[in-house]
Amino acid sequence: MTLAQGEPSDRARRAGNRFAVTGFRYEGFVALAGLAIVWEIVSFFVPHFLFPSVPEIAERLLAIFTSWRSIADALATSARILAGLGGAFLLGTILAMPMARSATFARYTYPLLNFNQGIPALSWVVIAIIWFRGIEFRIFFIMVMTTLPAFTFQVLDAYRAMSKDLFEMTLSFRPTRLDLFRTLIWPTVLPGILTAWKVNLGNASRVVVVAELVGATGGVGYELLQQQQIFDMGGAVAWTLVLVIFVLVVQGVITLIETRALRYRAFAEHAL
Amino acid sequence: MSAPAEILFEHVSKAFSRADGGAAFEAVHELSFTIGRGELVAILGKTGCGKSTTFNLISGLLRPSAGRVVVQGHDPFADFAWFRGKIGIIFQNDRLMPWRTAIENVALSLELNKMPQKERLAIAASWLARLGLSGHEHDYPHALSGGMRQRVSIARAFAGKPDILLCDEPFSALDEHTGNALREEFCELLRQTGATSIFITHSIEEALELGERLMVFERPARIAYETTLRAGMSEQERDGVRGRIREVLSGGTAASDAGAKNSAVNS
Repeated sequence: MTLAQGEPSDRARRAGNRFAVTGFRYEGFVALAGLAIVWEIVSFFVPHFLFPSVPEIAERLLAIFTSWRSIADALATSARILAGLGGAFLLGTILAMPMARSATFARYTYPLLNFNQGIPALSWVVIAIIWFRGIEFRIFFIMVMTTLPAFTFQVLDAYRAMSKDLFEMTLSFRPTRLDLFRTLIWPTVLPGILTAWKVNLGNASRVVVVAELVGATGGVGYELLQQQQIFDMGGAVAWTLVLVIFVLVVQGVITLIETRALRYRAFAEHAL
Repeated sequence: MSAPAEILFEHVSKAFSRADGGAAFEAVHELSFTIGRGELVAILGKTGCGKSTTFNLISGLLRPSAGRVVVQGHDPFADFAWFRGKIGIIFQNDRLMPWRTAIENVALSLELNKMPQKERLAIAASWLARLGLSGHEHDYPHALSGGMRQRVSIARAFAGKPDILLCDEPFSALDEHTGNALREEFCELLRQTGATSIFITHSIEEALELGERLMVFERPARIAYETTLRAGMSEQERDGVRGRIREVLSGGTAASDAGAKNSAVNS
């Protein structure tokens, strides 16, 4: 058989390998090691309370991961991020579906979401403290309100990008609503949803710290506040790294899901 | 016509409103015809003459603005779910789901008909084999050539054993060689299945090769010329039909073939 249309040529495969360097390879370690070296060099010339040495930070990080209380704090923050994102995703999807189906509904909803986007995270913190009593619900509310517009817009875009041809083709087989969702809508919107989660994860990790700074009695934000009060830079950096590690781990999990779920388009993308 | 009416169009019109709020655009105007069970009808017409809209009316994807469409005694738009598994469509482009393998694409109609997985995959595999795609069952569409993808879409339409098969220029996107090869196989399959088939094409030769009956549409969709192709027609008679079709397509006056058995009730 001759080379089928769309089958990647050797050249495309080579290009693919080059583009495939999006995972965490040795270059990533080299870059991070370089950053650590620069930090260490600076720490020789700058007062210790401003730039603690790398070994000291590593020691503090190790202390966090060997203390049940600290691990509980890290897990609490992680759970808050995931719960907030889950809530915003659910609400965003519930909003996006009628927006996609009704132009009238969309015309009313768009301005509200745009308005929401203009509200700073800190304002939501103040509002949450005034409106609600429970700390966990306050944080959940803040997380949902700050990530809701992005989720809604991304799910809406993914839905609208659905091929009219494929929709018509699937409809010609007379599927039930559930079958239409399962066979066409879900696979169509999945790439957009995964992207939305990756993008919002970074936003959420920043917002959760702000939310925890005011009012929480545990979590990374609370711990950062403690370090600030005792002017402990080593602790502040170590707790920041905890959050960074969490984000990297979750992003890795999403990438794994993406690789598995979107394997059908691997060649096509690499050939670009 | 001896065969019972499978598809009936009675003074059907279909108008679309414009997005900018301008006057409605009429794609089908007062179209009337009947098609008997097991007939193979070719529809010819210029681009934009409403052929595809007529298909969408038959398949129930569109509701007529006026008139009546009856398929197997039912309204295809109102009784949409009743037609599950009864109408198959082969589109101009393959319309394969990129996230499904070839076999999963072929099995789609069977899956939506709630056929058990093992059974539907066996049927899908046999159709792929019939269309020369053995060994490609688990390939994704992007790994297949245009001709192979169109074969998969043909297999998908046939796998559901539809009573009615609507074919919307299925070979127009393929090169001449691939199109010709696939057309021959397709003709054979159509004859074997005995489904009522309507075939849209721009090619007069393709229409003459595939159709037992020809309808030429003018714009907006209504029958400008119609004829039945008898078995064993002489080349001279075929030339006559070719000439009339060309005349109608080039904007000549609508003609009716006095020598042909005309079943149209076009107003």
